Amino acid sequence: MKSAKIARYGLLISLALVLSYLESLLPPLWIPGVKLGLPNLAIVFALYWLGWQDAWVISLARVVLVALLFGNGVALAYSVAGAALSLSLMGLLKKMGKFSPVGVSVAGGVAHNTGQILVAMAMLETSRLAWYLPVLWVSGTVAGVLIGIVSGQLVKRVPDQK
Amino acid sequence: MNWAKAHRNDILLALILLLTAGFLSLFLFLTRRVGGYVTVSLSGQTVMEVPLSEDTIVEIGDDGHTNTLTIQNGAAQITQASCPDHLCIHQGAIQYAGQSIVCLPNQVVVTVRHGSDGGFDAVAN
Repeated sequence: MKSAKIARYGLLISLALVLSYLESLLPPLWIPGVKLGLPNLAIVFALYWLGWQDAWVISLARVVLVALLFGNGVALAYSVAGAALSLSLMGLLKKMGKFSPVGVSVAGGVAHNTGQILVAMAMLETSRLAWYLPVLWVSGTVAGVLIGIVSGQLVKRVPDQK
Repeated sequence: MNWAKAHRNDILLALILLLTAGFLSLFLFLTRRVGGYVTVSLSGQTVMEVPLSEDTIVEIGDDGHTNTLTIQNGAAQITQASCPDHLCIHQGAIQYAGQSIVCLPNQVVVTVRHGSDGGFDAVAN
């Protein structure tokens, strides 16, 4: 692995970690799962700046580190599911070439929430959590638009890595 | 990439998601019914059933992982919890069948059920 790549990984992983920490400082809303998804800023940017596989490395590293630093094993399962579904969909949409970073990040935000709810349904063995889906889709869409606009600007302004 | 076209697709995607969410919540809203009792589950196991008809206070869990369930005026609410985020308390009171309060750290789910407490409905679920 080239040292330039290691440096970029380190940069984006720490950025994602700091954003996770910042988000944890925000007061919790009354509906669980409704959040801005600040760390997704680093992930969407990584997806465009480095590529899909690199974004996976950064996303998984962030999820595991956040669980070790602030969370627990149960939270890790939710986060991994959300992150995996989100990145798979974002990679797919980016590859289709029909969406800007805004659309890609909207899909990622909604997929992240949906993945977490699906794991929660499986782990708690209740289908009643479907109640949260419409709420989380709306909040995921709004958050995705905001994150997408910012990371789209970043992609435009930061020089290409090559 | 044609950015104007991409943005049109972005908006379309967001609209479809919002509409789907709208229809789903409309469906859930129209099919809602006031519940008769709540079931409490701990790590996926149903541990108790509490009627909504009378005001009570119930302790859930042990080993320092506790949630306090309060039934008042036909609605259920978590009023005290040992978990760090207290999201379950912030979810407020619930009273319609199918609604639930979830405490992820303590793996507690409180779900409102239709019908009278216990009985066949609980078995069928």
